[in-house]
Amino acid sequence: MKLFGFAAGVAATLTLLSTTSAFAVTQISWWHAMTGANAEVVDKISKDFNASQSDYQIVPVFKGTYPETLNAGIAAFRAGQAPDILQVFDVGTGVMMAAESAIKPVAEVLTGAGMTFEKSQYLPGIVGYYSKPDGTMLSFPYNSSSPILYYNKDIFQKAGLDVNNPPKTWNEVWEAAKKIKASGAAPCGYTSTWLTWIHLENFAAWNNVSWATQQNGLAGGDVELKINAPIFVNHFQALADLAKDGTFKYGGRTSEAKQIFLAGECGIFTESSGGLGDIVKSGMNYGIGQLPYDSDAKGAPQNTTPGGASLWVFSGKSDAEYKGVAAFFAYLSKTEVQEYLHQKSGYLPVTLAAYEATKKSGFYDKNPGRETPILQMTGKAPTENSKGVRLPNLPQVRDIQNEEFEKMLAGQETAQQALDNAVSRGNAAIKDALGN
Amino acid sequence: MLDEETKLTPRVVFPNKVLPYLLVAPQLAITLVFFYWPAGQALYQSMLRQDPFGLKSKFVWFANFRKVLADPAYLNSIKVTVAFSLATAIVAMAVALLLAVMAEKVVRGKALYRTLMIWPYAVAPAIAGMLWLFLFNPSIGSLSYVLRSLGIAWDPLLNGSHAMILLVSAAAWKQISYNFLFFVAGLQAVPKTLIEAAAIDGARETKRFWTIIFPLLAPTTFFLLVVNTVYALFDTFGIVHAVTGGGPGKTTETLVYKVYNDGFVNLILGDSAAQSVILMVIVIALTAIQFRYVERKVHYG
Repeated sequence: MKLFGFAAGVAATLTLLSTTSAFAVTQISWWHAMTGANAEVVDKISKDFNASQSDYQIVPVFKGTYPETLNAGIAAFRAGQAPDILQVFDVGTGVMMAAESAIKPVAEVLTGAGMTFEKSQYLPGIVGYYSKPDGTMLSFPYNSSSPILYYNKDIFQKAGLDVNNPPKTWNEVWEAAKKIKASGAAPCGYTSTWLTWIHLENFAAWNNVSWATQQNGLAGGDVELKINAPIFVNHFQALADLAKDGTFKYGGRTSEAKQIFLAGECGIFTESSGGLGDIVKSGMNYGIGQLPYDSDAKGAPQNTTPGGASLWVFSGKSDAEYKGVAAFFAYLSKTEVQEYLHQKSGYLPVTLAAYEATKKSGFYDKNPGRETPILQMTGKAPTENSKGVRLPNLPQVRDIQNEEFEKMLAGQETAQQALDNAVSRGNAAIKDALGN
Repeated sequence: MLDEETKLTPRVVFPNKVLPYLLVAPQLAITLVFFYWPAGQALYQSMLRQDPFGLKSKFVWFANFRKVLADPAYLNSIKVTVAFSLATAIVAMAVALLLAVMAEKVVRGKALYRTLMIWPYAVAPAIAGMLWLFLFNPSIGSLSYVLRSLGIAWDPLLNGSHAMILLVSAAAWKQISYNFLFFVAGLQAVPKTLIEAAAIDGARETKRFWTIIFPLLAPTTFFLLVVNTVYALFDTFGIVHAVTGGGPGKTTETLVYKVYNDGFVNLILGDSAAQSVILMVIVIALTAIQFRYVERKVHYG
């Protein structure tokens, strides 16, 4: 009867969390999903902020994985016990946006506290994603990442490929992967994490093609997926063909493929820039390249869209709390804080000043490749196709896409069939979600 | 409708009218808070269409049920669940019975064997899932290495049958110890004299097993069949979550996993609640069957 215990469990958790203390300072609760080194960053930033002033106290609380944190926030809101700040992953952005009366736009929080939000100080690709079509910033970008290409230099050498020249286009990736497989340098040429995020959402942005109508859903309303356009079909058919003899190896729906790359099974790998830490730790002789683009796409590469998470502020809090949140966001935007966050956690800096400062410090010379995700995201001003994607039910739509990819890679469907199904099933699910 | 037993049992009458109610009150309170209240919530939620935050909701009567029951993904999930539950129950029971019979034959160190066989039951489902996941991981698993060297293209990430085999193995493995315990107890209750008499009459081991031991184990077997099916139906969420997450495609999405996926990942609360109400009906039906028929028809001892 575990199912029926869920509601009771949620209720019990809420009672535990609703303890507020009698300090004179205003407490600001911050629910997050960071683990390991990234959790240390959260704690250090909070501690430093608390020490820097005496009016507010940030209280970070770890709430589990990204989806768990989002669910905890939603359940708390329904029970009238929402935290002040909730960290929500990119995929949950649409869910939060659809709940207009549950949240308070960050732009309003800042102006309400007498601060101004200087949009030009922030990396445009990131801020654009977390803003309404009219430019109002809704959430504060905390940790952002971008997909990049990693390659194993030892395998490249064995396969007779240029160690200092990673493939730039997808066709070059396919050729290099075939060469790796054929030469026996490694049992597989190419693998990738997050097919939905890298090969659909970022593929569309990077090649400046539409992922869905209504500016990829950013403009709201009835959104229809466009991912069965020829450029996607060709791309996925190539992947499916390579999967037949194992030149491309599927790892799973999220970041499982990292193991395959770390085990030295595949020579080329696409994954979030946030995944760098594990690759460095493995001691592999690796190289980094920018995300490959489709050579048939005009004007490619455009820019990539951010992954990661942002901080949302709930509605219905007191003025003192909002002032505290604004003070904290102002603190987070400080150059030295952003610099620390970027260099320690591997996520992108949010402000241009922090980026410049990191550049000046020589960090990128010592850590080549760490700049690639920033260059990808900021190289060009984002277009309607490259500001990001947004749906009220993106997690569900990604699930549908993954299911169809798995059928395609297992040889049960062609790329055309898989993408057609993903579009029709996805559109039906979107319609259903909007009809609530 | 009183049956014989109740007629024969003398009624116990408490002198105090309030005391008996007080005595059962804690149990009633727990049942109310932890079963009836959430169950009522689920029932109410199952007739609502609501956004995740509960900002807008619409009462739709049985529309969620109609939608769920017409959803090919849900029908697929029923098929998956039936196949998975039966396979798990049969594998878990067959292996446990074999092990129990073998362990009975051991003369020295019987107790040690038994203890070792019972150990895996202490492993949490999610951990059991992880163990099997590692063993059969296509890239780093030691067992998948063996399979590949035998020429089997082992790939549970894309091959639905492979994923199902992996899931059944993990779920059954976990249950073998429990079944083993019951079969050992059952075997000890089989009169040695019967077996010896059969042996003297010239019946071989296999014959003795199928004609004497197995029929005498019937009550145990039937009880375990019910318990194992219920286990596979409702208690394997952790394993599915850890091993396949319902994939590839939807080939291993069981009913319970779909409730979680629709409600907690996709945030479609109405559909999810409707599914959990359907599950509740299934549980009630299973329990009724167990009490009505199983308890009466199978004679213990």
